Amino acid sequence: MIKFLVKGILRDKSRSLLPVIVVATGVFLTVFMSGFLKGIFNDVTEVNAKFTTGHVKILTKAYAENKDQMPNDLALMDVKKLLNQLKADYPDMEWVERIHTGGLLDVPDSSGETRGQGQAIGTAIDILSPGTNEVERMNIKKSIVKGSLPVREGEALISDDFAERFGVSIGEKVTLFGSTMNGSMMFKNFVVCGTLRFGNSILDRGAIFMDIQDAQLALDMEDGASEVLGYFKDGVYDDMKAKQLQDSFNKKYGVEGDEFSPVMFRLVEQEGLGDYIKLADSAEAIMAFIFVIAMSLVLWNTGLLGGLRRYSEFGVRLALGEEKKHIYKTTIYEAILIGIIGSVFGTGLGLGAAFYMQAYGLDISSITSNIGMMLPSVYKAEVTPVLFYIGFFPGVLATVLGSALAGFAIYKRKTSQLFHELEV
Amino acid sequence: MLKAIIMFVSAVLSMSFTGPDADEILNKVDQNMSSKNRIFESEMIIHGRRSSRTITSISYSVGNKQSFTEYLSPAREQGTKMLKLSNQLWIYSPSTDRIIQISGHMLRQSVMGSDLSYEDMMDDRKLTEIYSAKVAGNEVINERNTYILELIAKVDDASYYSQKIWVDTERFVPLKQEMYARSGQLLKRITLSDVKQVQGRWFPMSMIFKDVLKDGSGTEFRITSAKFDQVIPDYIFSKAALKQ
Repeated sequence: MIKFLVKGILRDKSRSLLPVIVVATGVFLTVFMSGFLKGIFNDVTEVNAKFTTGHVKILTKAYAENKDQMPNDLALMDVKKLLNQLKADYPDMEWVERIHTGGLLDVPDSSGETRGQGQAIGTAIDILSPGTNEVERMNIKKSIVKGSLPVREGEALISDDFAERFGVSIGEKVTLFGSTMNGSMMFKNFVVCGTLRFGNSILDRGAIFMDIQDAQLALDMEDGASEVLGYFKDGVYDDMKAKQLQDSFNKKYGVEGDEFSPVMFRLVEQEGLGDYIKLADSAEAIMAFIFVIAMSLVLWNTGLLGGLRRYSEFGVRLALGEEKKHIYKTTIYEAILIGIIGSVFGTGLGLGAAFYMQAYGLDISSITSNIGMMLPSVYKAEVTPVLFYIGFFPGVLATVLGSALAGFAIYKRKTSQLFHELEV
Repeated sequence: MLKAIIMFVSAVLSMSFTGPDADEILNKVDQNMSSKNRIFESEMIIHGRRSSRTITSISYSVGNKQSFTEYLSPAREQGTKMLKLSNQLWIYSPSTDRIIQISGHMLRQSVMGSDLSYEDMMDDRKLTEIYSAKVAGNEVINERNTYILELIAKVDDASYYSQKIWVDTERFVPLKQEMYARSGQLLKRITLSDVKQVQGRWFPMSMIFKDVLKDGSGTEFRITSAKFDQVIPDYIFSKAALKQ
């Protein structure tokens, strides 16, 4: 019977072309949008992981409670020892130390007095160690507008907006003024070796990036760090692995009642990223559901039109003694075949577009420069195995639903009137 | 009826307070606490969550417009100087050889991690110039009778919208102060003690500042030497003095 139905579909284009186009379009959109949304969610998560959360993050309990205030007086100490232990205990991870500090960035005039100043957010990462991955991880090279990376102690990168506002040139000295870990006044002169623009309004207003050793010296944080971040070496966040790591670390290093003992947080426990990831995971289902509803409505309508066009055909088949139930069943089988054909075309097109967007992405840097959230500048799709079959679900279901609803008209036909209707 | 009872009780309570009026008390407080000029040597003990630090300094002030402070120890702070002229503040750091001007909201930041802000250190105006006062009652603090005064700012640029101060009824020295925001939120509390007579005036030589919005057990401020109405050379209150 299937062979017979396939022949019918292929030979009678008016019966199959429109439904196949509708299904293929819907499946294309489902597959492409699912891949693109997945990619966007992953990009945003990954940017946050690189800049802020790591795949896991270690802080002292006391620092974690007040982390918005960047309280370096509560920072981690004996970090070298901790890093060595982490590298030995968890070799699948890459561990990095970072320091965050706030303060004023002051630009001197020729007599050393304040010419201009603005608020600064200082971030200290490992820039100068040989083999460091931090510069690449934070995309610093690509964010440099003028100048170059620090190559020696005492050099720093500042935000390009700040440099423009106060007329700071490359090679000029600026002073970072704030508080040391002990609460003393912190003054540290830096030579500006370059300017940065991240496309993020908060960072672009007053960021200063320096080497971690400079920050440790200036902030009296020798062998201290605001936080230690851990990244899976394959670059992909895996919550199951992160949970195992967290349980193991907190059990081994956590000390009950000691507010300065280290505590580990997973990516999903920070900055609301847990809810965000759940939303990303359900995005595919949401997309499929929307298209099932929308396509069912369209295909129902198409089925009704088809039913009208095939009014005489069904009449003849009924007059020849075919049961209504059998006719209804064959229209459903037809719908399944049309759904499969449309889904194959739609999935092929959707995957093609998703592969293209995975390779090239969509550059939105020009419209995100005034956004405070940590967002990537290029959004890329992500092709996952799910994309290869996700379109078949709405594709087939919608055609079946549409045909099932339209096919009810078959049961309304009255055999007694068939000859009159067929004008025999 | 209830209103009448409340009015009666209020009248009886107000009659029960006999003594100088609020302005008179505040005036006497100002006479003790303010002077033409003064030189203080002090130590500030800052209690952090991990450790405590003691910072010593010497400061010179003339009225409420000019003030110069030099930090003497520990080594990390030694040579750091602060100059206040009217409502401007400069800090000199010997390690960077820079003079940095502090302004705007930075004035509300903590000085050296203490419970004092730059604004607290700068605002030396007489209380009578900033606040209108009313007597709110009496209380015994450390076996000393005090008047409780409620102060409301009468100028726009007051650091704190209102204050409550407990003034020794004999020596007219505050023994406790509470500073409030306009919303009524308590911001800081100062406990003053070790009241001594210095050059004919009563003066609290020890103060504990507590920023109630901050963790920790507060900052102790002890005056080790207080001299009033001295001869202070003018050059001290210049930016040139910062680098000397």
